[in-house]
Amino acid sequence: MSQLRWVVAIAAVVVALVVQVTLFPHVAWHGVVPNLCLLVVVAAALTVEAPFALLLGFAAGLTLDLAPPADHVAGRWALALTIAAFLAARVRQDQKPGALAVVGTVAAASFVATSLFALSGVLLKDPSMSIAGLLEVVLVAVVWDVLLTPFVLPPLMRLFSRTSPQWATT
Amino acid sequence: MGAFGGHDGRERRWRGLDRLESRNRPPRSLLVALVLASITLVTLDVSGDGASPLDPARRVVGEALGPAEAGVAAAVRPFTAVPAWFRSKGDLADQVRDLEASNAELRGQVELAGFDRNRLEQYDGLTTAAEDLGSALVPARVVALGSRQSQSFTVTIDAGSEAGVGPDMTVVNNDGLVGRVLRVTRSTATVLLVIDPDSTVGGRVGSSMEIGFVTGSGSLRQESGLDLRLVDDASVPARDDTVVTWGSATGPYAPGVPIGTITEVYSSLREASQRAVVKPFVDFSALDVVGVMVPSGSPSDRALVEADGTLR
Repeated sequence: MSQLRWVVAIAAVVVALVVQVTLFPHVAWHGVVPNLCLLVVVAAALTVEAPFALLLGFAAGLTLDLAPPADHVAGRWALALTIAAFLAARVRQDQKPGALAVVGTVAAASFVATSLFALSGVLLKDPSMSIAGLLEVVLVAVVWDVLLTPFVLPPLMRLFSRTSPQWATT
Repeated sequence: MGAFGGHDGRERRWRGLDRLESRNRPPRSLLVALVLASITLVTLDVSGDGASPLDPARRVVGEALGPAEAGVAAAVRPFTAVPAWFRSKGDLADQVRDLEASNAELRGQVELAGFDRNRLEQYDGLTTAAEDLGSALVPARVVALGSRQSQSFTVTIDAGSEAGVGPDMTVVNNDGLVGRVLRVTRSTATVLLVIDPDSTVGGRVGSSMEIGFVTGSGSLRQESGLDLRLVDDASVPARDDTVVTWGSATGPYAPGVPIGTITEVYSSLREASQRAVVKPFVDFSALDVVGVMVPSGSPSDRALVEADGTLR
């Protein structure tokens, strides 16, 4: 069962990544697209146990770091998504989280992950960007992620809870 | 957490909370391990001079995901063209008005031809220099764009090492310079756009032949595209001058490729230098068909566009 869950999770990350870099640039706002990989990680953190979500966050971040259009220092998205998964897993209550809790978690995780990525860039001087520009990108990214939450999170959470029945029963 | 330490013994007896705690608590050791792993990756990637130890990993992921990106982009392309079918009469009327305006502007430019002849001669010289290079173009399409959240302006194109594309080759489209190839897989290549803040291109001002460096400003807006700093502090670049690449036949950027026009010039008293804003010819938010400059006659899996315009 655990293996099946990994296969499902990795497939979700790959689909999210490909859609994020090919489809969404056509509707992007000044180049900012919704971070679908982050949504997959948050869905996992809200449904299944925390170690899985943390590892998935790391794996998804690493894929974002290495997949073709990326050219930043590898490990930056891995760090950001691991910490986002940790925070999202802390929010999870034992019962199914309500709609408001899900949206709030996505907004917080998106803000934290994008800011962490931007801050690591400032520290490493990877691309030297202005702080005002970074703030604009972070806020637009949060809006994008929250907008897509109602369409992406429910099916993903159902998918994750179905592949791990011990959690679905509670 | 520490504040509740004293109540621990009493809380333990409440089975409900105990269960909740055991399921809800993310393991800190795993978090620390993964964070350290990320920092190790960052260190490895930053410290590697020139060739990063992670390049093989990037290549493997690229080989796996590149074809998927190209496939999805091809499937999506017909749908992104749909809005163009629904253009109303009002849109078309607007377009006619815009075209009439640009026509009038062009007519004005033709009347000023004598004034510009001097400049034109120099441009001609540069253009023939580009033809003399004898390079051919590998046609390719943009299949994936990096997001602004990732802060770097890079795209994936659907031509790779099988098409004869290699690192550091110049990428152009019909308007001008797009960027250079960073790394290739078999069927795709990653291109660094000139608007990336990390990108620096050797540029030459068309009218004065002064050389300088063109850096990206990190914005997709065409008006604020690029920054030009001239090597000679004393020379002042003129507005509406064309900037072309200075480049070399072996370096990343081929010489004589048009980059953009100078729209504004600022003089900084403190640094005693001139900074000019260059509006790129290429619209980076609507990038589709591009060409990679390869040596003429190089082997490729597709038809090449030769310097004289023929297909081979």
